[in-house]
Amino acid sequence: MSDHKTMTLTLIVWRQKNANDPGKFATYTATNITEHHSFLEMLDCVNEDLILAGKEPIVFDHDCREGICGMCSQVINGAPHGGQDRTTVCQLHMRKFKDGDTIYIEPWRARAFPIIRDLIVDRAALDTIIQAGGYTSCHTGGVPDGNAVLIPKPIAEEATDAAECIGCGACVAGCPNGAAMLFTGAKVSQLALLPQGKAEAVARVKNMTAAMAECGFGNCSNHYECQAACPKGINVKFIARMNREFLKAQFA
Amino acid sequence: MILDGKCPTGPIEKSWDKHRFDLKLVNPSNKRKYNIIMVGTGLAGAAAAASLGELGYNVQAFCYQDSPRRAHSIAAQGGINAAKNYPSDGDSILRLMYDTIKGGDFRAREADVWRLSQVSNNIIDQCVAQGVPFARDYAGYLDNRSFGGAQVSRTFYSRGLTGQQLLLGAYSALSRQIKAGTVTMHTRREMLDLVVVDGVAKGITVRNLVSGELESYAADAVCLATGGYVNVFYLSTNAKGCSVTANWKAAKKGAFFANPCYTQIHPTCIPQAGEYQSKLTLMSESLRNDGRIWVPKKKEDVGKLPAEIADADRDYYLERKYPSFGNLAPRDISSRSAKEACDAGLGVGPGGRGVYLDFADSIKRLSEDTIRERYGNLFEMYEKITDENGYKRPMRIYPAPHYAMGGLWVDYNLMSNIPGLFVLGEANFSVHGANRLGASALMQGLSDGYFVIPYTIGGYLVTVKPGAVTADHPEFKKSVDDVKATNNKFLSINGKKTVTEFHRELGKVMWNNVGMARSKESLTEAIKVIPQIRDEFWKNVKVSGTGAELNQQLENAGRVADFLEFGELLARDAMHREESCGGHFRVEHQLPDGEAMRNDADFSYVGAWEYKGNDKEPELHKEPLKFETIHLAVRSYK
Ligand SMILES: Cc1cc2nc3c(=O)[nH]c(=O)nc-3n(C[C@H](O)[C@H](O)[C@H](O)COP(=O)(O)OP(=O)(O)OC[C@H]3O[C@@H](n4cnc5c(N)ncnc54)[C@H](O)[C@@H]3O)c2cc1C
Ligand code: SF4
Ligand code: FES
Repeated sequence: MSDHKTMTLTLIVWRQKNANDPGKFATYTATNITEHHSFLEMLDCVNEDLILAGKEPIVFDHDCREGICGMCSQVINGAPHGGQDRTTVCQLHMRKFKDGDTIYIEPWRARAFPIIRDLIVDRAALDTIIQAGGYTSCHTGGVPDGNAVLIPKPIAEEATDAAECIGCGACVAGCPNGAAMLFTGAKVSQLALLPQGKAEAVARVKNMTAAMAECGFGNCSNHYECQAACPKGINVKFIARMNREFLKAQFA
Repeated sequence: MILDGKCPTGPIEKSWDKHRFDLKLVNPSNKRKYNIIMVGTGLAGAAAAASLGELGYNVQAFCYQDSPRRAHSIAAQGGINAAKNYPSDGDSILRLMYDTIKGGDFRAREADVWRLSQVSNNIIDQCVAQGVPFARDYAGYLDNRSFGGAQVSRTFYSRGLTGQQLLLGAYSALSRQIKAGTVTMHTRREMLDLVVVDGVAKGITVRNLVSGELESYAADAVCLATGGYVNVFYLSTNAKGCSVTANWKAAKKGAFFANPCYTQIHPTCIPQAGEYQSKLTLMSESLRNDGRIWVPKKKEDVGKLPAEIADADRDYYLERKYPSFGNLAPRDISSRSAKEACDAGLGVGPGGRGVYLDFADSIKRLSEDTIRERYGNLFEMYEKITDENGYKRPMRIYPAPHYAMGGLWVDYNLMSNIPGLFVLGEANFSVHGANRLGASALMQGLSDGYFVIPYTIGGYLVTVKPGAVTADHPEFKKSVDDVKATNNKFLSINGKKTVTEFHRELGKVMWNNVGMARSKESLTEAIKVIPQIRDEFWKNVKVSGTGAELNQQLENAGRVADFLEFGELLARDAMHREESCGGHFRVEHQLPDGEAMRNDADFSYVGAWEYKGNDKEPELHKEPLKFETIHLAVRSYK
């Protein structure tokens, strides 16, 4: 809407050419930003100006821009995804900022997520954890009717709460230890809750937690920063459930 | 050329079973000798790669994101159809087929649609077995909801997150095969060319998006599962990276592009707020189950707060015009009606581009909690974007480009006219005709991936010698050189406009001239203007940086360059199709009441275009459509 007041903002952005470059902060000005711009649209505007001025635009990961693909990943003023409750960077809108604000923008920082360029990091380690056991080993075809095994609604709902994880890695970025407990706990719990996942529960929790350690994620010391950072509101109770599953697995 | 879809003959009920029996099988011990390339790992590609890997083939899979879990299938909200008939409300495979053919305005192949309907039930079972948490009732049974274009309740869902949950299911099956070593996953890779050797698809050229290197991959068959092309409109509900590039590169190597003008405009999206806008966000049309759509009856009311407009002064236009389907009328009809209301000056919100979707009655009838349980995440999403509370005041919605029914032409085996090139999911044209019904794309992607390609690709592979062509064949080098030359060209122009500026410009032409309502004049204009934008692009675009690094501008330039060629084809297809059907509405062809007027005598065919060079007119090939099970009829939702 053109009748809206516009904002001018100072951006202090992490720039790093590639994995080997030490990287540094650089300062930019964003002008003509309205409260209806999304955060990424604000960055788009800055980038258009940079391109036309013959400068290198800021690169950042993004795709769906509606909070579901988990691609966007920026630490804004120290908070992964900007710290608004249940919101990814791409859903953050500029109405949360004021004219004249200074905004710090950094990539996820964690041992298991090497920086690729500027705000883009390598999150392949999250895929590795899933590959270690985040599935049921059913074959294509040859499975029973969907209603053959009844699943009480509260169980289905709780499994869905866990399954809402978008694999963005904010929990890791928010954790002082760089742990992936919330991410892993969510998948372990989803499959442990459902009857379909029970058969492999023991192997799953062992293999997934082992993969977590191998990928260089840290340990959990119950800071719960992960839950605060999570844009999908994944609850730390799923970490507790994973720990219970893990204990059970030791005796199985 | 008259194209042959190679559909099985005989009774439709037996067609797929018989075909499967007739297909030759690859000896299990030989399967590992065959290499298959799978470009795209959304629902269709992930399901296919996992299933083919499990069968024992060697699969090389590719996606442009950093993980297969991020494909745009993830964004589907509403649900997935199946003919389970769990609610015993009269559903059956035949009825799902009937609804799909009718919904597609009689422009799809019967045999393909029958097969889709038949395997729909296996899909639900498969996903449940993977641990997809579908909604359940209190007794623990799978729950269903209704969707546009159907009078039965056959849509399975998981909150407003159905696509996410189905994709994570397919991703988990894929992850299992990656671990087992049958599938090699290449992320952050973009396919930039198809390699054809002696008329047969044998590989691809991809750009490593991190290092910028161009890589060659050879295989015995190439599958494209690369999604849809509606980003040709610039603003759409697709992800920013969705493109026509993989399909278009294949088309330029000889694959026919079928029905490009069949595009779907989705009725329930959040209206555009400003010029800088980078995408549009859809809210599942399942909202239409409980929301009532209206605009003020009087122009002078459009600026008022909705609560100040009395019920008698509201026009619930879908309920009025289509009493038996009401707010659940199919997408094309709903979208066009919204545009008509706004064009008549009755639109609400910024620029008068919006209609109300009102939950007040449902909240009264069911309680706010029930509505929250059904659609909570959609209300939350709406509030994040608009800063308005949908429980307290009606939402504003407007149509947005959403889905591509058109795609590469494939036969019944999902093979294109280039032997060895298969096309799956939204990237092909096969089952939705001129309009797709809600909750049917997820079904198609998973049907193609889990239950069709694993059979039909075998029928092709038994005819080829595994590993006959390798990546040291000169065609691969030539392809890499071509891609390199194009990228160098982008980098050397050093003009004055950004890639995005050109994309926006193209998008405006497409939306205004080739959007919801098309006319001879508007299309003539588009066919004239698009080549002009294209010419300017190649003279005046600015892409900085180098090819040998992560370079998002370069990626984008390639995609927009392809849209600038493809957009023209889309307009030409729309121009040639002198009828209105489904998502293709020609203002010259409408019934007195404004409904689409099909022309079955002249246009009951699939229009498949052969690329002839950039400044040459493409050549049209036709595949006639026959309707033996479902009889041609005027589509009516009144
Ligand atoms: C917002 C939204 C909501 C929807 N809701 C529903 C719904 O409720 N029900 C329903 O049935 N349908 C719905 N649809 C439609 C449905 O989601 C899609 O049609 C379907 O998921 C497409 O799946 P796909 O596997 O064909 O493609 P996608 O999921 O788009 O996957 C494409 C894949 O191809 C890759 N790719 C593309 N180009 C290249 C390239 N050049 N090189 C390498 N890789 C490439 C991508 O990385 C990705 O892996 C919705 C669509 C949208 C946009
Ligand atoms: S648990 Fe939350 S923060 Fe962590 S990856 Fe999942 S969605 Fe992201
Ligand atoms: S871009 Fe997809 S979640 Fe942000």
